[in-house]
Amino acid sequence: MNMIQAINSALDVMMDRDPDVVVMGEDVGYFGGVFRATAGLQQKYGKNRVFDTPITECGIIGVAVGMGAYGLRPVPEIQFADYIYPALDQLVSEAARLRYRSAGEFIAPMTVRSPFGGGIFGGQTHSQSPEGIFTHVSGVKTVIPSTPYDAKGLLIAAIEDNDPVIFFEPKRIYNGPFDGHYDTPAKSWAGHEQAQVPTGYYRVSLGEARVARAGEALTVLCYGTMVHVVENTVAQMGVDAEILDLRTLVPLDIEAIERSVKKTGRCLIVHEATRTSGFGAELSAQVQERCFYHLEAPIGRVTGFDTPYPHSLEWAYFPGPVRIREAINKILKD
Amino acid sequence: MSDRVDSDAGKGQPGRNLPPLRLHVPEPKFRPGDTADFSDFDIPPAGAQVRPDEAAQPGTMRDLAYGLVRVLDEDGAAVGPWDPKLPAETLLKMLRAMALTRAFDGRMFRAQRQGKTSFYMKSTGEEAVSIGAAAALASDDMCFPSYRQQGILIARGWPIIDMMNQIYSNKGDRLKGRQLPIMYSAREAGFFSISGNLTTQYPQAVGWAMASAARGDTRIAATWCGEGSTAEGDFHSACTFASVYRAPVIMNVVNNQWAISSFSGFAGAEATTFAARAIGYGIAGLRVDGNDALAVYAATRWAADRARANAGPTLIEHFTYRVEGHSTSDDPSAYRSADEASHWPLGDPIARLKKHCIALGIWDEERHAAMDKELAEMVRDAAREAEKNGILGHGLHHPMESMFEDVFEEMPWHLREQQQAMLDEWKAAGL
Repeated sequence: MNMIQAINSALDVMMDRDPDVVVMGEDVGYFGGVFRATAGLQQKYGKNRVFDTPITECGIIGVAVGMGAYGLRPVPEIQFADYIYPALDQLVSEAARLRYRSAGEFIAPMTVRSPFGGGIFGGQTHSQSPEGIFTHVSGVKTVIPSTPYDAKGLLIAAIEDNDPVIFFEPKRIYNGPFDGHYDTPAKSWAGHEQAQVPTGYYRVSLGEARVARAGEALTVLCYGTMVHVVENTVAQMGVDAEILDLRTLVPLDIEAIERSVKKTGRCLIVHEATRTSGFGAELSAQVQERCFYHLEAPIGRVTGFDTPYPHSLEWAYFPGPVRIREAINKILKD
Repeated sequence: MSDRVDSDAGKGQPGRNLPPLRLHVPEPKFRPGDTADFSDFDIPPAGAQVRPDEAAQPGTMRDLAYGLVRVLDEDGAAVGPWDPKLPAETLLKMLRAMALTRAFDGRMFRAQRQGKTSFYMKSTGEEAVSIGAAAALASDDMCFPSYRQQGILIARGWPIIDMMNQIYSNKGDRLKGRQLPIMYSAREAGFFSISGNLTTQYPQAVGWAMASAARGDTRIAATWCGEGSTAEGDFHSACTFASVYRAPVIMNVVNNQWAISSFSGFAGAEATTFAARAIGYGIAGLRVDGNDALAVYAATRWAADRARANAGPTLIEHFTYRVEGHSTSDDPSAYRSADEASHWPLGDPIARLKKHCIALGIWDEERHAAMDKELAEMVRDAAREAEKNGILGHGLHHPMESMFEDVFEEMPWHLREQQQAMLDEWKAAGL
C-alpha cells in the first residue's frame, strides 16, 4: 500500500471495529477527500459517520470536541496543516485541556488528521510544518509517520487513544519515498519493505521511535519526509549513521534517543519546520541534558529557515541532501 | 486614448469636492453621572406576540427576531399565546431557585471581598435566563453554559456546597483547584465544563447535538453566550454547523447590555438585534424578555420541542441587564451610569415572578420574606461547611503533585520527571 491507502485502511479498520468512530472534514465524504484518504468510507459506513463539513476549521474542531464529550471518537480532517490556525483555540484551549480542567469528568478523544510539509511546490499556504506549535501545548499528542506501515499502525493507535492526537501526514511521501532530489523521477512505494501493510488491525504504539538505520558514527534524529531524505543522503555519503525515526514527538521516546547518542557521541537533528523554537530546539536541549558527557561534537540542526515557505526557492529552503551532507561532515570533523 | 476602464476621479486627490469619510465608533447612551432614561425603548405589551407552530419554517417567523416575546404584564398576569400555563408548584420552584441563586451570589461575592477566594461573578438580574431555561429543558438535556449560568446548576438541584468547594479551590473541590472560581463542571447534572475562552462552547454544543441526532438519541443540547461574544468566530461557525445539519440545539444569547465596559453596540446592537443573527443562517430566531421567567420558559420549551421534532435549531436572544459588575475585578461605576439598573424598564426578574405568584393567590410577601431568610441561612451554613474544606490560599488544597495529573490519561515520562524534580526541590529546601 502507499501511504494514502494505508491511512484509508486504518480508518476503515477502526470504523468497522468501533461504531463510535466518525470521520468529518471538508470534502471527505462523497468525494473521499482531496488526497483520497477517506475514499469509499461514506459509501460503506453512511453519512451519519462520514460527512462533509462547512469550511470552518474552528467549527470542525469545536464540533469534534462536543462529539467527543458525547461519547463518540471523531477523526476530523483539516485539509492542509496550513489551515489549522483557525482551529487553534479549540485545540489548545479546549481539546487539550478539557480532561485537566474537568478533572477527568469530560474528555475530548479525537485524532486530527492533517497533511503537512513541503516539497510539492505548494507555496506558503500548502507547505508548512506547524508541529512545534502543538508540541508546545500541554495535553495533546503529536504523531508523524514516515512510512505506510507506520501510518496505519500509528493512526489506529491514535484513534484508540483517549487523549487528543494531532496526526500530521507528510504529504510529499503519500505516494512514494522522497530522497531529496526533486529533479529525478518520483519514486513509488511499490516494492518498499515498509509498504508491506497488513489489511487487518494492528497497532504501532505511540511514543516509540524506530531505528531506520543502525550505525555507530553519529545519531540523526528526524521524522516524516526527512527520514527518507536523511537515509538516502547517508547512503550516498557512505557514513555509518544511526537514523532514528521519532514517529511520535509527544510523548517522545527519550530512551531510544539517549541510548543512541550515548553510543555514537554525535547528534544531528533534521526537520523541515522553521528553526527558532522548532521541535529540534527541544530535542537539542534534551540531548544536552542527558548526554553532555558523551558528546564529541556540538549538536547540529538542519531545518527550514526562519522565513515563510518560498514558492520558487523551495529547494533552497528545503533541508535537502546538500545541507544534510554539510552538517554531517561538520559534526564528524569536530 | 488609454485602455483603462477605471474612473479617473478619485486617487485621493485633494481639492475634489467630496465630503471626507468618517469612522463611526459607537458610544453608549449614558456614562457615569448621566441620568439613565430608557423611555425611548420600544417595549411591546406582554402577550402581543404570535406563537408559531414549533415546526414552522424559519422564513415564516422573521418578525420574532425583532420583537420581544413577553408573558408577564405590568400587573403580574400571564397573558397571550406564549403563556406556558405552568402549575403552581413549578412557578414556586422557579421562584425559589431564582432567589437561591441571588442569595448564593450575595454570599460568594462577600466571600471574595473577605479574601476567601480570588474571583466571583454574580448573575444578579439575569436569574430568569438560567432558571427559566433549566425548568423548560429535560434534566438530561446537555447544557454548554458560559460563566453566568450558575442558575442552571441550582435549578437542577446541584449541591451548592459542591459549587462553593470549587469557588474556594479547596480539598473538596472535585476539579482539584485547577479552574478559576465559578468555572464549574458537573457531568451528572448535564453541565459542561466552563471555559474562559468566549463562545468556544457554541460549536461544542452543536457537535454534541449532532452526535445525539446521529445516534438517534432523544436528548438535545443548549448553550449560552453573551451578546459581546457573538462577535467571536466560534459563534458563526456554530450557527453555520447548526443550520447545515439542523442540529437539535438551542443557542442562547444573553444580551445583558454590557461586555465588561463595552456596551452592546460594540457587538452590533446599533445595527440590528442579536436574535436577527439567526435570519442569515436560516435558523428560527426569538427575541425574548429575559427578565420574564415565563417568557424564557416558553421560548425555551418551544425551541426544545422544535429540536425534538427534528425541526432544527433555535437562536434565542434574552434581552436583559447585567445589574452588577462583570466580575469582582470590575468597577462598573467607572463606565456606566449608576442608576441604569434601577431604571431598567424590564424590571427585576424575581420581583416580577413573585408578583405573578401573589396575583395568582399562591404566594404572599410574608412567605417570600420567610423564604429569603431561610435561603440566606442555608447559603450561610453551606459556606461554613465548605470553608471547613479550606479557602483559597490557606493550604487546604489538593496535593502539589496532583498538578501533573489528568494532563493525559496516563502520565508520560516527561511529566513524571518534572513532578519528581519538583518534589525533590521542595524536599531539598526543607519545605
